Parts: sequence; structure tokens; C-alpha cells
Amino acid sequence: MCGATEGGLSLDGVNVTKEAIIQGQVLRGGEPVGKAYVRLLDRTGEFTAEVPTSATGHFRFFAGEGAWTLRTLAPGAEPVDKQVVGTIGSVAEIAVVL
Amino acid sequence: MSRENSLVSAQWVEDNLDTSAFVLVEVDEDTTSYDAGHLKGAIKLDWTTDLQDPVRRDFLDRTQFEKLLSEKGIANDDTVVLYGGNNNWFAAYAYWYFTLYGHGDVKLMDGGRKKWELDSRELVAGVPTREKTSYTATEQDHSIRAFRDDAIAAIGVQNLIDVRSPDEYAGRLMAPAHLPQEQAQRAGHVPTSLNVPWSKNANDDGTFKSDEDLKALYAEVGIDDAKDTIALCRIGERSSLTWFVLKELLGHDNVKNYDGSWTEYGSLVGVPVALGDEPGAA
Repeated sequence: MCGATEGGLSLDGVNVTKEAIIQGQVLRGGEPVGKAYVRLLDRTGEFTAEVPTSATGHFRFFAGEGAWTLRTLAPGAEPVDKQVVGTIGSVAEIAVVL
Repeated sequence: MSRENSLVSAQWVEDNLDTSAFVLVEVDEDTTSYDAGHLKGAIKLDWTTDLQDPVRRDFLDRTQFEKLLSEKGIANDDTVVLYGGNNNWFAAYAYWYFTLYGHGDVKLMDGGRKKWELDSRELVAGVPTREKTSYTATEQDHSIRAFRDDAIAAIGVQNLIDVRSPDEYAGRLMAPAHLPQEQAQRAGHVPTSLNVPWSKNANDDGTFKSDEDLKALYAEVGIDDAKDTIALCRIGERSSLTWFVLKELLGHDNVKNYDGSWTEYGSLVGVPVALGDEPGAA
């Protein structure tokens, strides 16, 4: 399937040593923001994927090696961009503050 | 077709929610989204269970589709307004599917669920009940559906538009990056296919760009208006959105969606595959 499950897919059954995982949480005033949209842009700025955040504000991507940008859209907020580097076999943990 | 008769705005839907002018249908990639709240009066179609043959990799046949729509309470003369998450990927897929079986009046809600949520519009929990109907479908319209042999025959001959992200097209990723990457089939793209990521059709809020911007986008990549076009992606849902743009918004005559897409083509034995950012030679 091609599903963008809220918060991103669980890691159950996923061989994390073969994935470049980028994940994190969207926060506003210290509180998690559910129903925000986090999109992953490639090194040229082109859209690669997007997930809605979970009720706890979490998101997760399975990216490739290299530089990526996370762009977060949420009701009542300007888009926020964060730079991140993906590495196979590791998890990049990112906090997005609106 | 045109923007006026194939697309409605979120505002128009909100203004008309309490009328019976249309049947609102949510189709999501995440099939649990509807259950957590949806537009008032909307019914749900589950693309994994409602729209696929339960055994073979194929769509419902005509009889199965008639049974599904009858049970959902959709009549032949209903205006169906589709919306969904992920920038309407699966709503566009359902739009193409309804068109494949000859439904007369079907529309997409521009921006889908994301635009609705970002605007903080109302979502409800109540599930409507609809009277069963006796729906009659036509045979599949294969003028809008491409099969694997069509894709192979189109190499170097027709416009092949691969709408996946640049990294999927080049073979650096095997799937959209919200999914694990380990897959069985080969990476890459159909030689001579042009990479026009679906996202170039849309604004950040999921609404479609203007007709002028869309025309400029396809002119810039060198689509040949004199040739027929096949759109493809990984499983045929993102390419439904590009099919919608080319066929319904821009009015191109002969545009097909290849629903087998890369998960079929990339598993075929002996077909040519191109790697990297360039289209490659026929």
C-alpha cells in the first residue's frame, strides 16, 4: 500500500538497519500539535513525501542518504522549514517548534 | 472536461453540506482517517477492501462495482464529490475509477482533507445511512486505462509521464518516503519517460495550481501535445492525480493512467529500465 498513516508507520517488522529514518514531533508552546502536515523535500526542494502528525504530534519518514528539508504546515501557523541529514541505519530525531 | 465541471472548492462544499445536491465520498490512503472524523454527511470508500479484487491484482469487475455502489447508496444520476487525504491521491484514483466505469457526474474537492483541516473546518463522527440503489455501470473505458504492454509500446513513441518523486524516478528510493524502502522489484523508470512529480501540480495546501501554471509546467518539460500520453507512478494513485490534471483540467484528448505502474513494470522480466535523473534512450 501507499498509505500515509498518521504519525508515520510503526517500526514493527521494519529492518531499521536498512532505513534512513527521519522522525520527530511538532510542538507549539510546548504542547504537541496533532493534524499538522509534515512534508519531506529532497535536496532540490522537491516534494518527496508527507504525513499528518499523530495526536501526540509525531511523524516518521523512511528517507535516503543525504540532505533533506522538513516543511511543516499547521492551522494558524506559517510553514516552518528544518534541515536534516538522513543516514542509513540511523534515526534522525527532529523537534519542530511552530 | 474543465475545472468548472470537475473540481469544487472546500468553501463550495461547506456552503452546500446541508443540501442533498451531491453525495460526498471520502477515500483515504490511511483507511482509518474517516473513522477519526470526516466531513458531515460523507460516506467512506476503503481503497484496499472496497476497490480491489480480493484475490487477483485488479479492480472490481463491472458487476462487483455495481454491487458496491448500490450498497453504498450511490445512484447513477448522483453527483459524487470525492475528497481524501494525502493531497487527494486516492480521491483522484477513485475519480478515475468512477470515470472508468462511466459514472456521469463526479468531482474532486480541491485540496481534499488537508485543505479542509488546515482551514480548521468542521469534522464529525456521525456515519450517514443511505438507501440502497440499483446502480448500473458501463464496461471499463480502456481509453483512459493503460496496461503493461501499452507502457512498453509507448517507449520512445508516446508521452510517458512518471509522476513519482525525483529520487524514486532515479532509482535512489523504492517508494514514497513515508514507507519503508525494502522492496522486491528493480528501481528506476521506463526509458524515455519524463519525470513530472505529481506535487508540481499542487500548491502546498493540496489545491491545484492554476490552468496557466499547469500548462506552463507541461510545456516546460516538453510534453508533445500531438502524442497520446500515459501517466504512471508506483501503484497508480498519484498518476491518477496527474491524469486528472491533463485530462480533466487541461483537456488533453488521449491520456491513460497505468495503474500497474512501477510495482508491475519494475517486476517484469526483460523490459528496459533506465536509472538516474535523465529519461534515457528508447
